[in-house]
Amino acid sequence: MPVRLAMLALFRHPARTLLALLGIAVSAALLLDMVMLASGMRENFKGFLMLRGYQLRVAPKGTLPFDSDATIDSATALVAAISKLQGVTAVSPVLGAQVQTIASRDSTVTAFTLGLFPDVQGDYEMMRGADLADSSSVLANDKWLAATGHVIGDTVMLAIGYDPQLQTVVGQRQFVVRGVARFHYIAPTQPTLGMLLPVLQGMGGSERRDRASLVMVKAVSDADAEAVRTRIAGVSPRISAISLEGATEAVEQRLGYFKQLALVLGSISLAVGVLLVTTLITIGVNERAGEIAVLRAIGVAKASIVWQVVMEGVVLTGAGAITGIGIGLVTAKWLERILSDFPGLPSTFRFFVFQPRDAGVALAMLAGAGMLAGIYPAWRAASMPIAVTLRREAVA
Amino acid sequence: MSAIVEVRDLARDYSMGSGAVRALRGVSFDVAEGEWVAIVGPSGCGKSTLLNLLGAVDQPDAGSLTIAGERIDRMNDAAATAFRLRRIGFVFQRFYLMPALSAAENVELPMAEAKVAKEARRARVQELLGYVGLAARSEHRPSQLSGGEQQRVAIARALANRPALLLADEPTGELDAATGLEMIELFRRLNRDGTTIVVVTHDAQMAAAAGRRIQMRDGAIVTGEAS
Repeated sequence: MPVRLAMLALFRHPARTLLALLGIAVSAALLLDMVMLASGMRENFKGFLMLRGYQLRVAPKGTLPFDSDATIDSATALVAAISKLQGVTAVSPVLGAQVQTIASRDSTVTAFTLGLFPDVQGDYEMMRGADLADSSSVLANDKWLAATGHVIGDTVMLAIGYDPQLQTVVGQRQFVVRGVARFHYIAPTQPTLGMLLPVLQGMGGSERRDRASLVMVKAVSDADAEAVRTRIAGVSPRISAISLEGATEAVEQRLGYFKQLALVLGSISLAVGVLLVTTLITIGVNERAGEIAVLRAIGVAKASIVWQVVMEGVVLTGAGAITGIGIGLVTAKWLERILSDFPGLPSTFRFFVFQPRDAGVALAMLAGAGMLAGIYPAWRAASMPIAVTLRREAVA
Repeated sequence: MSAIVEVRDLARDYSMGSGAVRALRGVSFDVAEGEWVAIVGPSGCGKSTLLNLLGAVDQPDAGSLTIAGERIDRMNDAAATAFRLRRIGFVFQRFYLMPALSAAENVELPMAEAKVAKEARRARVQELLGYVGLAARSEHRPSQLSGGEQQRVAIARALANRPALLLADEPTGELDAATGLEMIELFRRLNRDGTTIVVVTHDAQMAAAAGRRIQMRDGAIVTGEAS
């Protein structure tokens, strides 16, 4: 009966209830978006790093992968040493460098270029054409093709360290564009190329000879990753082995303000929801003071009155929350589109990741907020002096 | 017949501004089981205060009040609520039905609170609505009923848990003369069927129909006379 009475009390003023419900829905949507933003980035980043199943990254000591221009020397020996470690199933060294495409004396396109081995690589997926096969092959992304006007099959001249004033280069050679790839960890707005690691090392002169920017390592299983990380750390004092958790934490520290923002906005939306429901239910309780006093007079217990009023808050908040989840998912998609245009972000990176757990967290928080919102008006309703209220109602 | 209501030296003061108003002073009387008592008197004489005390919705400042063998003047809120639910039936001047519930649901409400089984509740609702002549209108909401019909539903609700005492505060106050007479007939039938009734009224015909009248003035009983 209390639940039914709560529902009926809400339906007594349908327009007012609908407006309040929409207000709560907006709060719920914001809360869901903030929960998705706070936990989504972490979860997404983990999935992002695990795209090809590499649990570990090895970078120059004290740096994160591609955090600086620092590189690891004697990469071949390091890869060989890591490959021999117990629990390691694949090792993929990667070198990053700026490579110029020389179209004419005054026209160059600078591309971020990855040197890697296609059989163990975890950095790209083929979109069109053929994969890297020999030292003259190069892969490009759509942005590079658009910037240079080249197509698959074209022969191009690529250079490292090109100085347009002096017309000098550190190294250059001819390549054939074999295919188009999407590079997971690089923004789609950045012209990008991929070639065999030894070729890029060779083009870079002594500065890049036998060097790697990072080495990706695949362990037998996720459970073995930490043990493998410890073993890798013992291989050389010049490297840092970073696990998925370590990388996630490092990124989280850097993106901490997103989480703080989410926390603040989520708390505000929750507080607004609580105040909205409290206000509405309190108005309803004041309007029904006579009815409540009569219920008490005919023997309805305080606990039943409290339960009825709290249920009003929960029902209102619950309905608003369910509506809000739909709104939240739509707004998250919209915000995602805006944020994905942020310069420098990889195409596969997502800020808002919907997980049923997030919706559960948002719903649980709102249900708690609904109960909290009902407590004050419920206390008011239950503590009304029956005789005085009935007399006041009779006079009114 | 044994007394179902025993009132002894009952006093109730209300604070008003800087002073206190003596709403009741030294009120004593008994009501026998199966009796119908009308409390009459001018406005502000303490009738409703007395009814609230009899109904355990207020507590006296002094004196004792025993209903059906239980001292209700010493009860805490929870005990008084439980007592009201099972031993007292309330009828108000303005009916005070729950507007969103049907007539049947309004009658069912006290039984649901008393955790009466659903089947038993439904049967009792039909019995009571039949008793007050509204069996055919059980699914109507209060707004779809006349004042007299609403008061009949309120009476059915008051009787739901078979109370020891039916208290009515100006039950004909909102009704026209003809409907008021129908209500008096209903009270007469209720009393004849064994219900103990205490009614506060300004209605001379209602007071005359009662078995005994208690006349009050300035918070005290002036006379108590039988019809």
